[in-house]
Amino acid sequence: MKSLAVFSKGTSVKSNPSQDSSTTFSVMVAKEVADHIRSWRFIVLLALIALTFLGALFVSMNNIRNAVSNVQDTDNMFLYLKLLTSTDGTMPPFHVFLNFLGPLLGIALGFDAINSEQNNGTLIRLMAQPVYRDNLILAKFVSALILVGSLFITLALLMIGGGLCITGVWVEPAEVLRIFTFVLVNVIYVGFWLSLSILFSIIFKQTATSALASIAVWLFFTIFYQILVNLFIGAFIPNQGMLTQTDVVRYNEIVLNILRLAPSQLFSDATTTLLMPSVRSLGPLTMEQMAGAIPTPLPFKESLMVVWPQLSGLIASTFLCFACSYYLFMRREIRS
Amino acid sequence: MENPVIDLKGLTKCYGSLKAVDNLNLKIGKGEIFGLLGPNGAGKTTTILMMLGLTEPTSGKALVCGIDATTHPIPVKRKVGYMPDSVGFYDSMTALENLVYTGKLNGIPDAEARRRALDLMELIGLGDAAHKRTSVFSRGMKQRLGLGEVLIKRPEVIILDEPTLGIDPAGVKDFLALIRQLSREQGLTVLLSSHHLHQVQMVCDRVGIFAGGKMQMEGDIQKLSQNLFADESFSVSITLKDPLPASWEHMAGLGNITGVQQFRIAENLVQIACSSDATPDIVRFFVGGGLDIMGVQKREFGLDEIYQKYFENNLTENNANEKSRGIFQRYLRKK
Repeated sequence: MKSLAVFSKGTSVKSNPSQDSSTTFSVMVAKEVADHIRSWRFIVLLALIALTFLGALFVSMNNIRNAVSNVQDTDNMFLYLKLLTSTDGTMPPFHVFLNFLGPLLGIALGFDAINSEQNNGTLIRLMAQPVYRDNLILAKFVSALILVGSLFITLALLMIGGGLCITGVWVEPAEVLRIFTFVLVNVIYVGFWLSLSILFSIIFKQTATSALASIAVWLFFTIFYQILVNLFIGAFIPNQGMLTQTDVVRYNEIVLNILRLAPSQLFSDATTTLLMPSVRSLGPLTMEQMAGAIPTPLPFKESLMVVWPQLSGLIASTFLCFACSYYLFMRREIRS
Repeated sequence: MENPVIDLKGLTKCYGSLKAVDNLNLKIGKGEIFGLLGPNGAGKTTTILMMLGLTEPTSGKALVCGIDATTHPIPVKRKVGYMPDSVGFYDSMTALENLVYTGKLNGIPDAEARRRALDLMELIGLGDAAHKRTSVFSRGMKQRLGLGEVLIKRPEVIILDEPTLGIDPAGVKDFLALIRQLSREQGLTVLLSSHHLHQVQMVCDRVGIFAGGKMQMEGDIQKLSQNLFADESFSVSITLKDPLPASWEHMAGLGNITGVQQFRIAENLVQIACSSDATPDIVRFFVGGGLDIMGVQKREFGLDEIYQKYFENNLTENNANEKSRGIFQRYLRKK
């Protein structure tokens, strides 16, 4: 018979019931991050994002001279923002790319968060440990966001560093602020899709189903939503010729607001405003509103004010998905 | 029982109209090994899940170490090691990493967790496989690793759901011996659910037969057999060299031995039921009669018989299974 030295040795460690949940939480986050980094899935996504970024940067580098020397454009002094947004038409700029790569990133990192654990039989083992249930979903969410965040910050820093080396132009503090807010918006946008896919991974038992459901929602919002809105609006709005100026503006506003129910619309509104300081409003402006306005770029704070509703909308929908996952997961019976 | 470690009070769990566990009362004392026996779908796993706070009882209470598992699952989980029936591990991590992760989730510092994990891997016989990924593990190896995972937190109570599934016979013996040793030396309370009767019999102090969500019988094996086989608690079968003639002259003499209640003769096999252990007298009687005895078998009632008998009684009570049995027989006849 083997000895049970394991049990008698160092029994002092046994009595530590006062461990706080933050240590177990950080242990879980560390494990999730390690899991993601080791997985092929993340490497593929990383390559995809990096390629897109480099491609977009290359195109805009070629185009930067034209963009900056264009006197008509009031944004021409923001070289680094131009690097992110200008294009010669062969390839969409980086932030437009991200509009559909972001969801992919979020879905890929979260679609099997809970159900794969359940199918592998690890979930019940995990839940039999002294761990709060919400810590698990939170750890899944936070670990993926840490990865996404560091990925985007790395890319932004690479872009600024590369730009400094190539052009030799000093970067403005306002630009740094805008770029990092842009990164933050990206992370929030990916976070929304992440929490949505985690929600689906709790609802559906099969990983394939949850992946498909997330992708269906993504496709609906990127492709079909606009078509549907236009279809319905076309049926409801009276003939253009019968409308007064103010009615047209009002209907336009309604259409835009309905479109803004789609997270991708919120994201593109937010990024456009942040990366193009001359954008003053996301809706139509009347002549009265424009009267006396000097076409200059807005200060950072004003741009932020313009996109504040969009930002809070994105954050709110992220939290909504997360709250739903929390609600569903907390009282669910876990069986192997 | 004073201060039971596991105390279930009127535990009930309904899934819709189905009562999976029906008003279960059970007390398990410290250092005891309790075997929960029952057919598939009897509600064993559901009961265990309620003890861990992994599912909420419809009514009743599950107290583990005096803590209500439904309202305070975390302190309970700190004291209880649970091994589910289909234990899974993170395939991308090695066995050691899996154990260390569990240890760290229990608040054990990294170095200490690593040391304990290595010791445990040795103990459960996986010392060589510590640095292999668990994706290459066989089912039995995973089961062993599951035990290691249960022990790494140094629990006071361990709950094992079908622990010996998929382990080879030698491994099962080691496994059960280890559980028994742990219970005896460390005062661990063990709750073991299984339908492998032999194994339960080998290791458990007390067993409960669980069916239809109810604890049908509870007690040590002797007590159970006394309850069920009150009329024939001892049974001796004797194999003779030559078949007995149909009208054997000493037939009456056999019935006169004290304790012998009835006997049955089939060719060269004599089955004798007695109220007390009369084996020596019976053997003496046969030898005195000039008969050659080839074998004497004293049958004690094990769990197998208890289980069998119990469910036999149940079956005769309700003939619900009659129909399906009929279909089965028809199918057999066709073949």
